[in-house]
Amino acid sequence: MAAVKLYGPLASTATSRALACLLEKQVEYQLIPVDLKKREQKKPGFLAMQPFGQVPVLQDGALTLFESRAIVRYIAEKYAAQGTIGLLGKSLAERAVIEQWMEVESQTYNPPSSFLVFQLAFAPLWGIPQNQTEIAKNEKKFSNVLDVYEKRLSESKYLAGDEFSIADLSHLPNTEYIVKATGKAELITSRKYVNAWWENISSRDSWKKIREMSKADSKK
Amino acid sequence: MAMIKVHGHHLSTATRLVLCCLEEKQVDYELAFVDLSAGDHKQPQYLALNPFGVVPSIQDGDLTLFESRAVIKYLATKYRGQGTELLGNNVSEQALVDQWCEVEGQSFNPPASTILFQTFVVPIKGGRTDEAVVKMNVEKVVKVLDIYEERLSKSKYLAGDFFSLADLQHLPCTEYLINGCGKGDVISSRKHVKAWWKDISSRPVEESH
Repeated sequence: MAAVKLYGPLASTATSRALACLLEKQVEYQLIPVDLKKREQKKPGFLAMQPFGQVPVLQDGALTLFESRAIVRYIAEKYAAQGTIGLLGKSLAERAVIEQWMEVESQTYNPPSSFLVFQLAFAPLWGIPQNQTEIAKNEKKFSNVLDVYEKRLSESKYLAGDEFSIADLSHLPNTEYIVKATGKAELITSRKYVNAWWENISSRDSWKKIREMSKADSKK
Repeated sequence: MAMIKVHGHHLSTATRLVLCCLEEKQVDYELAFVDLSAGDHKQPQYLALNPFGVVPSIQDGDLTLFESRAVIKYLATKYRGQGTELLGNNVSEQALVDQWCEVEGQSFNPPASTILFQTFVVPIKGGRTDEAVVKMNVEKVVKVLDIYEERLSKSKYLAGDFFSLADLQHLPCTEYLINGCGKGDVISSRKHVKAWWKDISSRPVEESH
């Protein structure tokens, strides 16, 4: 079977989210870089695949798919029998709770954490002025969210239950940047159960592989 | 079998989405009113259902669930075979449904719900609608709708030639944008978006609200 194609730069959180799932499911893939600095994602060739001009995009045979979380669900579903088993739970009820935490990531964890990552890690690199008022607002928001996570993870090993799922996986990219590149690592590390969960999920082989690939990338 | 219990508010877009889905799937339910103006959603009794303190939440037997988009996926999956099919017919179709559900959640809903917040919620809390914020977010919605226009010129519904959760997800917010925020022109000025809206908003279930 031909390898699936994933278009996107590894540094993009959405791209690494999709890639983490491909790695967990041991799916043969080809990672095709997209140069965001050259605005490759806004060129007609890319827009034909993804009309919103965003990375990543997945091609699997006749299917072209975008939105990283949709890609994660598709890969976990289609390749259910290989790689890490149980990413979607073992019952309808388990799957429902996984979907609930996927949505929490998407609607509640992602907005403030993405904002902090952009403002604190990327804006300085790209010469964009930081908005300190909004940074403080989003840090407070993110803190409040993490307090709920702290309580949840004190009662449950993983977000949706006793097993690692796509809900935990979805959190890997943003949290990596928060801990490694924003100077706000303590938001995670100061919370006992959130920190333990983070240490656990980020030490999975799939995430270790992405860290290696990122290191190699940055040496180019 | 015990009825599904929805804890929410009849005016909340997220609650309406869940109710809409229950109706499409012909599932019996009861709505337990959460008084947002009284701050019920931040009280311990509600936080036990949803620790983030937002509506809606549902109870289905032993299962408690929150996040409207997760709830409708659960309902569409559990009640496959009754009511309207909302997930497509195979893994690839379902992936496309999911893709457009994500588009709604990531690209359409943020600016659309900001317009709703400025129009409805800010005045209730004693503030004034920030027209500059509304204008900025109308521009964002318009950019998304231009892409929908292109998509819907080739596809009857967002995920394909079948109605799905992806279309359903757009109903509550868009209804308010048109009836309440006076932004109907963003829909009616786009030929295919207009036809799609006419279709999905005139489904028997939608008309009963």
